[in-house]
Amino acid sequence: MSGWAMGRALDAESRLWVQGLRAGGSEREATLARLHGLLLRVARHEAHRRSGSLRLRGPELDDLANQAADDALMAIATKVDGFRGQSRFTTWAYKFVLFEVSTKLARHFWRTSTVPLEQQDWDRLPDLLGVQPHQRAEWHELLAALRRAVEEDLTDRQRKVFVAVALNNVPMDVLALELASNRNAIYKTLFDTRRKLRASLAANGYLPQTASRRP
Amino acid sequence: MNHASSLDKLLATDPADAGCDATFALLDVYVEVELAGQDPRSRFPGLAAHLRSCEACQADYQGLLAAVSGLDG
Repeated sequence: MSGWAMGRALDAESRLWVQGLRAGGSEREATLARLHGLLLRVARHEAHRRSGSLRLRGPELDDLANQAADDALMAIATKVDGFRGQSRFTTWAYKFVLFEVSTKLARHFWRTSTVPLEQQDWDRLPDLLGVQPHQRAEWHELLAALRRAVEEDLTDRQRKVFVAVALNNVPMDVLALELASNRNAIYKTLFDTRRKLRASLAANGYLPQTASRRP
Repeated sequence: MNHASSLDKLLATDPADAGCDATFALLDVYVEVELAGQDPRSRFPGLAAHLRSCEACQADYQGLLAAVSGLDG
C-alpha cells in the first residue's frame, strides 16, 4: 500500500490548523475566522465558475458563497478528528466547501430550467443518442425496445432517476434535493438502472451480452 | 455510429466505479497525488472510474484542483 493511502505524519501547517480547531477560547475562534476566510475565497471562485447557466450575479452569488463557507466550516469543525493527514489540511477542508457550493447551486437550477423530472420526450431520444435523420428507420426498433424497458422493467424510483439524469440531464444534486436523498444514493440508483436496462436489451438480443467498452 | 456504441455510452457502467461517497473521502488525496506529478488513476482506479462517469464529482474534482493549485498560494 502506498504512503498516500496509509496517510503520513501531519505537515507543520496542517498540525497548526488541527491544534487551533481543537483548542478552546480565542485560539479556536481565531483559527475558525482564518479558515472561514480561506473557505470563502474558494467558495466565491467556485460559485462564479459554476454559476454561468443559472444567471446568479452579485449579492446573490456572494450570499451563496457565504452560506457555503459557513456550512463547510461547521462540517470541518465537527469532522476534524477524522482528518488523517493523508493530504494537507487545507486540501481536505476545501472539498467540503466545494461540496456545499454544489448543493447550494442545485437549489437555483429551476430558475433557468424547465426540463421535466419524470416525463421523457421520447421523440428527442434519437438526438440524444446522436442518431442522424437518415438512420432513424433502422433505429426505430431499438429505441422502442429501450422505451419499453424503461417503462416496464424499472421500479418507479429507477425510472424517475434514469429519465431525469440520463435522459433529461437534470444534475444529480438537483434530483437529490427533489427526492430528499443524496448524491451517492442517486448515483447508485442510476448505476443499477443502467445495468438493468443493458441486461434487458441484451437478453432480448438488441445488444451484445457483455459491454463492448468501459465509460 | 453503430447501435451498440451509442447505447453503450448511455447505459455504460464500470465495475471498478467507487461511487460518490468513496470518491469524496479520498478526493483530496487524489488531487495532491496529481499535483505531485504522479498518476492518481493508477493509484486509485476506482476513483478514476467514478470521475469519468459522474459529472457532479468531476465538477468537485475540477474545483478542488483549481482551489489548491490556483488559490492556495
